[in-house]
Amino acid sequence: MLYVIAAVVLAIIAVVCVLVVIGVIPHLRLVPDDTKFDFMRFRRISFPISAALSVLAVFLYFYHGLNFGIDFVGGTLMEVQAKSGPADLAKMRTTLNGLHLGEVHLQQFGGPADVLIRISQQPGGEEAQQAAVRKVREALGDEVDYRRVEVVGPRVSTELLAYGTIGLMLAIVAILVYLWFRFEWQFALGAMIANVHDLVLTIGFMSVTQIDFDLTSIAALLTILGYSLNDTVVIYDRIREMLRRFKRMSMPDLLNISVNSTLSRSIITHVTVTLALLALLLFGGQAIHSFTATMMFGVVLVGTYTSVFIASPILIYLGVGTSRLAQGEPEPEAKSTTKAKV
Amino acid sequence: MLYFSRWKAAAVLLTALIVCLFAVPNFFPERTFQALPKWAQRQIVLGLDLQGGSHILLEVDANAVRKEKLQSLADDVLRVLREARIPFTGRAVRGDRVEVRITREADLPQALSKLRELSQPLGGLLSATGQRSIEITDSGGGLIQLRPTDAALTERIRQAVEQSIQIVDRRVNELGTVEPSIQRQGVDRILVQVPGLQDPTRLKELLGKTAKLTFRLVDVTGSPDEALQGRPPPDSELLYGTAKEGKQPYLIKKQVMVSGEDLTDAQPGFDQRTSEPIVTFRFNNNGARRFAQVTQENVGRPFAIVLDNEVISAPVIREPILGGSGQISGSFSVEQANDLAILLRAGALPAPLTIIEERTVGPGLGQDSIAKGKLASYVGSLMVIVFMFVTYGIFGLFANVAVAINVAMIFGVLSLLNATLTLPGIAGIVLTVGIAVDSNVLIYERIREEVRHGKTPITAIDAGFTRALATILDSNITTFIAAAVLFFIGTGPVRGFAVTLGIGIVTTVFTAFTLTRLIVAWWVRMWRPRTVPI
Repeated sequence: MLYVIAAVVLAIIAVVCVLVVIGVIPHLRLVPDDTKFDFMRFRRISFPISAALSVLAVFLYFYHGLNFGIDFVGGTLMEVQAKSGPADLAKMRTTLNGLHLGEVHLQQFGGPADVLIRISQQPGGEEAQQAAVRKVREALGDEVDYRRVEVVGPRVSTELLAYGTIGLMLAIVAILVYLWFRFEWQFALGAMIANVHDLVLTIGFMSVTQIDFDLTSIAALLTILGYSLNDTVVIYDRIREMLRRFKRMSMPDLLNISVNSTLSRSIITHVTVTLALLALLLFGGQAIHSFTATMMFGVVLVGTYTSVFIASPILIYLGVGTSRLAQGEPEPEAKSTTKAKV
Repeated sequence: MLYFSRWKAAAVLLTALIVCLFAVPNFFPERTFQALPKWAQRQIVLGLDLQGGSHILLEVDANAVRKEKLQSLADDVLRVLREARIPFTGRAVRGDRVEVRITREADLPQALSKLRELSQPLGGLLSATGQRSIEITDSGGGLIQLRPTDAALTERIRQAVEQSIQIVDRRVNELGTVEPSIQRQGVDRILVQVPGLQDPTRLKELLGKTAKLTFRLVDVTGSPDEALQGRPPPDSELLYGTAKEGKQPYLIKKQVMVSGEDLTDAQPGFDQRTSEPIVTFRFNNNGARRFAQVTQENVGRPFAIVLDNEVISAPVIREPILGGSGQISGSFSVEQANDLAILLRAGALPAPLTIIEERTVGPGLGQDSIAKGKLASYVGSLMVIVFMFVTYGIFGLFANVAVAINVAMIFGVLSLLNATLTLPGIAGIVLTVGIAVDSNVLIYERIREEVRHGKTPITAIDAGFTRALATILDSNITTFIAAAVLFFIGTGPVRGFAVTLGIGIVTTVFTAFTLTRLIVAWWVRMWRPRTVPI
């Protein structure tokens, strides 16, 4: 029955697609042509809001903290599945607490039979961690399947945290240098402010939701960085082009035109990315859940907002385009320049 | 922008086709794959998180290596000075050096020159660096200090890691697992990956043992109880029996009769009389000779078989053992006898190994992850494809074809590199689909803009490509930088993500610059459109 419904739905979708391709049904237009939103005016609202949210995020990071996974604080993580029926969490908790392994955290994970056990790092160095795993295995015995066992010793966790932080910094610096070469320094600085803002807000989000912060979170943060830069660069590219074309237009107007003319692309791209992420979030399973949830927040919610409301208007304050007005060059015909290029 | 010479078009298509073809062996059954020529035997390897297995990171105990190096230097000093008949006092290991005091001032020059012979030039003949293995200083008053140089210690640690890798390799292979991988990581670490291993307890036990086997005489001049209270005699030490035997204390001579290095073979077996599990062993010529000599001289006295400072058994020598073979019985279980034989065959580790990281995924979870990853990819792709169709019509079709080829090329490159596909790697591919679609969106939106500015279809398409491609390059390079950083700092699953993302960006730029353009160029040439249906 399920397959029949799926087949019918797929068939309808296919027919619609074909009809659109041959031109019977008009194309979907998410954004009308020639929008003229005054995005730059919003900077008086968006800047204070972003500043307040960033401060809040930093505050959260220090006073609420992140839910560091074992990758960064060491310890043991075990995913077990009860062999018969749903897992008896209470009984398991009593058994494991009886082992005196310090803080033991149990949590339903996926299905009713799946349990995630987290054991904090044991005092006594690398060997002590292994001893803890042995004890748990002995205590739970053959009643459960060990689907995943991860043990990270104190030395490795310290290194991973250091590498993660260094990596993030390195990536930001490398990207900045690249932007500096490709654009003017103001653009590089603007992009950096925008992206640090993205990262700070995302870390705030992780603090609020207490999503596991592990190695994949670093991957998520870097991807958010890449994506949101991608977006910023697309708009900056347009701004640079406009700066060359309209030498006497006021900066806010010029930025508005640039953002409006790339608006359709921004929206459509974000819809596709959202669709891909949504699929990962709904069907990708628990293992990448924290990764996709973070990406969803960072890329979809923050990234888009940032490139339109922060990265672009900040160029006004950084003094992009002031020199060309001072020189007072005559404005050449817009059309003649484009024709010359073609 | 829309003109392609015939050669260029052929080159583009051929490149895409060849790269895609490399993905094909992934779908072959095992036997067909083995029949392929070597250069074509390239396949995507599933990461341990997808196929299940154990990932164990070991660290060689560098301190133990240092300590041993100092101890052997101290022994050398003793030997050299005794051979030269130079009287000395106060030979000791202090911190990072060995100290010795020469009793007579007159012997000092000879002692120094003899001791200098111990110091070897480092780096062999070809890469002589002028550095020596030991730094010898005359601290006055007959006191000589010998310090192994940092370069010598580093070299020793490097050797220890190399040896450990070989021994670990032998031990892991004895377990009969499929294609274990043993790699050096960093300076003093060894990464062991064993696909399909569900419970690494036994593996960890095998790896955690140094397996230093020695045959030594039991010191019968004193009793262990006396030694427990006072100090044991200078040439003996107090060691304990196994836990099963109640950790009985023994007083054992420090001097080693024969060590595990002289074993040529070890096999598990059963004692003929008691049918207890035992391990039988065979010495090489050197070991056999010495064992024969010692047992001849000590009939009626007990000797001890010591493994990693634990006395396994201490039998009495009833008659000289001349045949060069023997057996160890220590109330083993069958598995213990088996493991001991493996350890003895593989040899002793030069230094203890510590497990500093372990990640094991059961096969059930791996299969679940693959199933979920597949489902998410299908659903995500379907949604994106449909969305592109309804937004861009025929151009959506072009985009979808380009993205499909793009994904096939990603798999091709992954196979070509024999790369490892992890669950985050699958996420990377899904995200690449997003990026690849974006490049098409950038081009199409630009074309639409140009059309709105009143350009003819062909000029609009041409200008759209020209302008958009510059943007695509800029935006993709920034993402690529992020992926590259991830690759260099990341380990395991994160690295897998970086690999697919990085490859995805490269193929995306390739398809945007060539394939999409080629498809649109053909379409323009065939239909000569008067409007752009975009």
